[in-house]
Amino acid sequence: MIAVGDKRKETIQVALADQDMMAAIAVTRFGLGAKPGELAQARQDPQGFLRSQIRRSGADQPVGGAASTGQRMAEFRDFRRERREARVEKTADVKPASAQMTGAQMDAANPAMADGAGGKREALDPVKQIGNVLRKDIAADFGARAQLAATTDAAFRERWTLFWANHFTVSASKAVTGTVIGPFEEEAIRPHVFGRFDALLAAAETHPAMLTYLDQIQSIGPDSQAAQMMRNGAGRFGAARLQPAVQRTAGLNENLAREIMELHTVGVNGGYTQADVTEFARAMTGLSIGGQRDPGYGAAVFREAAHEPGERTVMGVRYDERGKEQVSAILSDLAAKPQTARFICGKLARHFVADDPPPALTARLEAAWTASQGDLATVAAALIAAPEAWDPRPAKFKTPYEFIVSSYRAAGTEPMGFQQLGPILTALGQKPFSPASPKGWPDDAGSWAAPDAIVKRMQFAQNFSTQAVDGRDPSALAVAALGERLRPETAKAISRAESRAEGFALLLMSPEFQRR
Amino acid sequence: MNAPLNLSRRGVLASAAGFGLSLQLMAVPAMAADGDLNKRKVIVVICRGGMDGLSVAPPIGDGEYHGLRGGLALTDAALPVDGTFALHPQLTSVHALAKAGEARIVPAIATPDRARSHFEAQDVLETGAAGVYSTTSGWLNRAVETISVHRKVDALSVGPTAPLILRGKVQTASWSPGRSVDAEARLPTLLQDLYRDDDLLGPALARGLATETMAKDATAGLSGAQPSGMMGMVGSSAGAGAGPKAGAGGAQPGREAARTLGQSLAGFMREPGGPTVAAISLDGFDSHANQANLLTQRLAYLDAVLDGVHQGLGPEWKNTVVLVATEFGRTARANGTGGTDHGTGSTALILGGALKGNGIVGDWPTLKQQALFENRDVAPTLDMRGLFKGVLADHMGVDRTALETTVFPNSAAARPVTGLV
Repeated sequence: MIAVGDKRKETIQVALADQDMMAAIAVTRFGLGAKPGELAQARQDPQGFLRSQIRRSGADQPVGGAASTGQRMAEFRDFRRERREARVEKTADVKPASAQMTGAQMDAANPAMADGAGGKREALDPVKQIGNVLRKDIAADFGARAQLAATTDAAFRERWTLFWANHFTVSASKAVTGTVIGPFEEEAIRPHVFGRFDALLAAAETHPAMLTYLDQIQSIGPDSQAAQMMRNGAGRFGAARLQPAVQRTAGLNENLAREIMELHTVGVNGGYTQADVTEFARAMTGLSIGGQRDPGYGAAVFREAAHEPGERTVMGVRYDERGKEQVSAILSDLAAKPQTARFICGKLARHFVADDPPPALTARLEAAWTASQGDLATVAAALIAAPEAWDPRPAKFKTPYEFIVSSYRAAGTEPMGFQQLGPILTALGQKPFSPASPKGWPDDAGSWAAPDAIVKRMQFAQNFSTQAVDGRDPSALAVAALGERLRPETAKAISRAESRAEGFALLLMSPEFQRR
Repeated sequence: MNAPLNLSRRGVLASAAGFGLSLQLMAVPAMAADGDLNKRKVIVVICRGGMDGLSVAPPIGDGEYHGLRGGLALTDAALPVDGTFALHPQLTSVHALAKAGEARIVPAIATPDRARSHFEAQDVLETGAAGVYSTTSGWLNRAVETISVHRKVDALSVGPTAPLILRGKVQTASWSPGRSVDAEARLPTLLQDLYRDDDLLGPALARGLATETMAKDATAGLSGAQPSGMMGMVGSSAGAGAGPKAGAGGAQPGREAARTLGQSLAGFMREPGGPTVAAISLDGFDSHANQANLLTQRLAYLDAVLDGVHQGLGPEWKNTVVLVATEFGRTARANGTGGTDHGTGSTALILGGALKGNGIVGDWPTLKQQALFENRDVAPTLDMRGLFKGVLADHMGVDRTALETTVFPNSAAARPVTGLV
């Protein structure tokens, strides 16, 4: 066992207290907050309790969650088709400009996210019907994921997974991407979170959801066969058909290439230049998704004809023209760079331990990463073993999702559906599946502890407690939720509360519950 | 807890809030010697994602514009401003203000950052530093800190999270629409007590509660500012009718909601003792593909927010400067997917009832190939910090030395753009 701080030399009783503190840290900092009884499970061997959650086969899958990406893409295609037909019918009596405007707004406003409440007429409207199905799908995906987080016995495994889902953010900022975030996490992230980083990287970057979110599917090599066909007026090519009728020339879109380097691998200080971004973007041309004429609609495909021919030089390394293998080689090399290890290990330390983590911790993780060639199970074990990770001071302020999930866990209950989560997470600034940028959700107190957010957390705690406490003793719930981390001031305030609900709300809003 | 103690705690909270307010009211006449500086207001609107300057203010009179932009060029529908520049068709309110001399285009502006990374450039834009990772506080927060040496000044951000530009030593307020707080409830008082030694939660909660009190007046009569049923509930009722009526996260707010948001912000700034410095950030300007539709929607939203601020401020508009800025512009040429990629120079807007002068702010480098930055982007002719420094000096009366040392350290090369107000 790891001794905490300078209490190492003290008596057996203190050592036992240390064990209690470690159990509290294990379930609150590494996990998602204690469920009643969880502290007792962790107490025997807090580090072993966490280590046992590392699993080669990957994360748990939410129950009753997502359909496959292909199914969702097809559903969305049908939605678009119906909508287009409805629009054509409409243009008979509405002037074209305003009809087009509505379409543009719907595209940008993400129909899957729009308010689905409507009158009876909508029930007959196929556009609205399919829109409602898609909305329900997304809500079900998010709800299933939150239920898993609220109930799992392996909460470290889930926190570890959420870290990687956020690292490889796909946001519902485009209409279609909202429908495939659930499938993306299940297909590309969850199976790989305790495997090698290069496998996770390849799975995430070549998944249809990521290719769509960061605009890769339309990127075409300027000197590719497809581009020549387009220039010769042979019509649009493949998935490029998704692009609406803006006058266009075939060419690159460097969005995904840049974000892979900046956000997913070497980091913004990783030593790449604009020329590297452009070269990488050229190499990535061809990565796309199946269209109408392809065997698998919405599935990842490599279109040789759209691939920019020729050798590429990225960060000083030359890559021969090998089609799809060219981009695979670049991805593997990026995964293996020491800058990547440093960037991601720093991010892990920041996520798990402190906004400004001890450099020794980052160095430890980096050493484990390097020695194991990016084996994420090894890195997870190194995190659990690192003494810096067990500092009893709770330095991390919970994100809204962490706060809400841990509230359900403390109450020993689970969200019954999306409608209990969406509005409050949106009000707290963490709209479900919708981070504002590919950087994902921020991970620091400064982002989440604005005055307005604290007031709204308090309002949530008030409402939640009224229904969740259910005749139980809030003082006992506080001990079960925080264990050794419960401070005497908080325990006293809870014991003096004028109602059970007030006591439970005080627990949820206490400084130690707001942090981990 | 026994009743008398609780009552007295509630009393302490209430009187503390009241005291803050009355102190504020008393301070105004005492400061009258400083002329109308006390009334001066500044609002910074941050448009995240790299807003395309050539769409905000298309240089329709620049001979290269149409060739570079092809199908993305805005021609007939753009709202002409002068011989070279127009405004995007959705920016109707901004256009009306420009025609009245109350809005100007800053067409080739950039932060000192050249990495074309959203996140690095936003950091530099908001920290006001010469480079990334130089500081963790925002320049607007440091400006507030500087001003508060001389007079009482409060700052507010609108939105559920606080933008970096307003984070720092000074505890600023933040507000977003939601259900109002029951001032009589015990919980806020008990929590203030529990947070007594908490440097993060204590000041934040106190500030949040004070802002909620102000919000009741500031947003009175505005529809949609206080949507009901915002809070999620636990348990029994949930199983029934499980359809996600609220949708996975709620709709992108439309034009009306945007106007209400702007009016709410203005409402706060008109309250006695209300904030005189404010920041609001708008997302979603990263237009790698489908740019025409995306910007039609986002710029309509921006225009409505600005219109709401303008209408809502009423007589205070003449005391206000609004700055609209983004982290970087986009490539001068359209890319292969109906959009543009990350670039450098972009367009800022300056608006207000007391603007002086007319025409564009800064020089227009043109879009000639040899004028483009790295044969790719609009070349910046103005450092963003110069614009901010000029407004803080001329309009908010921030001391020049403080501007150069505290608010924008190492920014001597970025000379303040003076005479705008």
